[in-house]
Amino acid sequence: MAEIKKADGLVDWLDQRIALRTLTKVLLTEYWIPKNINFLWAMGVVLAVLFKILVISGIFLMMYYKPDINLAFDSVNYTIMQEVEYGWLWRHLHAVAASAIFLVIYIHMFVAIYYGSYKRGREVIWLTGMLLFMTFSAAGFSGYMLPWGQMSYWAAAVITNLFGGIPLIGEELVIWIRGNFVVADATLTRFFMLHVLLLPLAIITIIALHFYALRVPHVNNQDGEILDFDAEADKYKAGNKKESKVIPFWPVFLSKDIFVLSAFLVGYFYLTFFHFNFAMDPINFDPANPMKTPAHIYPEWYFLWSYEVLRGFFFSSDLGLVAFGIANVIFLLLPWLDRSPVVAPAHKRKGFMIWFWLLIADLIVLTIYGKLPPTGINAWIGFVASITFLALFFALPFITKAEAKNASKGA
Amino acid sequence: MGMTLGGIAAIGAGASLYAMKKSWDPLPSVISAGFTTVDLSPMDSGELRTVEWRGKPVYILKKSADMSKCADRDVQVGNDDYSVGVQICTHLGCIPSYIPANQVFKCACHGGEFDACGKNTFGPPPSPMEIPPFKIDGNKLVLGEEGPEYLRLVGKA
Repeated sequence: MAEIKKADGLVDWLDQRIALRTLTKVLLTEYWIPKNINFLWAMGVVLAVLFKILVISGIFLMMYYKPDINLAFDSVNYTIMQEVEYGWLWRHLHAVAASAIFLVIYIHMFVAIYYGSYKRGREVIWLTGMLLFMTFSAAGFSGYMLPWGQMSYWAAAVITNLFGGIPLIGEELVIWIRGNFVVADATLTRFFMLHVLLLPLAIITIIALHFYALRVPHVNNQDGEILDFDAEADKYKAGNKKESKVIPFWPVFLSKDIFVLSAFLVGYFYLTFFHFNFAMDPINFDPANPMKTPAHIYPEWYFLWSYEVLRGFFFSSDLGLVAFGIANVIFLLLPWLDRSPVVAPAHKRKGFMIWFWLLIADLIVLTIYGKLPPTGINAWIGFVASITFLALFFALPFITKAEAKNASKGA
Repeated sequence: MGMTLGGIAAIGAGASLYAMKKSWDPLPSVISAGFTTVDLSPMDSGELRTVEWRGKPVYILKKSADMSKCADRDVQVGNDDYSVGVQICTHLGCIPSYIPANQVFKCACHGGEFDACGKNTFGPPPSPMEIPPFKIDGNKLVLGEEGPEYLRLVGKA
């Protein structure tokens, strides 16, 4: 054990006991970030702040929310919205943040795809990131059930029903998940538990892993350049800040990040205070009624693309379910579907560039048609877009293999 | 030593998982509420009744003489023919309503139609309305139990 001396202040006292100064260095002042990045690299911090907003607003909602089918609807729409002072604030912060966090997750994710930040040592960052997308999706879905309105109920009915498509155990599994033959009180209470305890716990754990996974391979940069972080850090510490290709996380990188964050929060608070309705489906202001289905059922915007893949195979619900299952895990495999060792932005990778924008365009088409009723021509457009989605991922290994061949020829 | 500790820990973990699984199971009160018994004797010919079974609407239609019979879906109780089905559209889960004048079920959501036998005849529904498990007990229909008549209809026996 190290010798404990009389401390000359609180910082020193803590430093002798928990190595505070070393910890600060490792986590902040000597955690090196490349200079050659742009505002798109700020999305991680934006996400961390949005998650904090969700936790804090969630705590206040939880003080008045009642997870019981007879009380839930009124506890949200009457107690929280009418009686609790500033209850509306927490609800709108929570609902708008839930929607916004998916927008930023998608940006974060497609920035990683565009710049190739998912390969050459960064696979674990990608995997934990996709796990976060999945746990956030589960949190979004379970939270949507809680106000117990018509959309809450029927979204829960349709989504839990999906598990019925699993061979052999499907039907039993649906009843097990719901705790009843239909979506009922047992379902609401257990999804409440998932939403406020188990999923946030899982999310916090995976966030820690996600951050940790960055330490060894480091943050990627705009050109996919391989940096010698130790050498560049030495330059910076020696005072050659201009020549050095890296900056410390704190205070240099964060000061830029906080600017992007502020710009984002202006938009976020604008939505919260003046346009919160986009996150509030009017159908969900009717209390849940198991005997009456709303004319159209559709998920929140961020699930529309996968919902459309599910519906796209309109002639066979089994095929749709298989495609939906593939769509939900295929992104996890991206580092292995990309067979090329090249780490560079998409605009420097010809075939990949086309693939990337086709994927974005296809996801936009799927999202738009996911909201429209699946009748007539819409059903066929949905079908073609779903096939295209699967075909793109099937084609990726071939496109990148060709690129790898060209790259080795050039070298 | 390590093996013993690991073995006992594994048994404990397995037992915990089992308890967790069972805690998620539907409660006994929920299971016992999963059966609905309907007395068919007071029904008039051509009359349709909707009962609730496991939270879902189930229709029972006593067929009149002018209605077509379908051997593959009708339920024979005594000398009468009944059409029984879960009154949920097989397209997207809406509840179609019965129109006695045309003897069809029409779905308001996307215009799907089913005939008096519960078979899809028009529009997007991909399959006939589902037949719930039932048992015939004298003049009573017990929904939720698989009787021989049900097994015959779904082709299991």
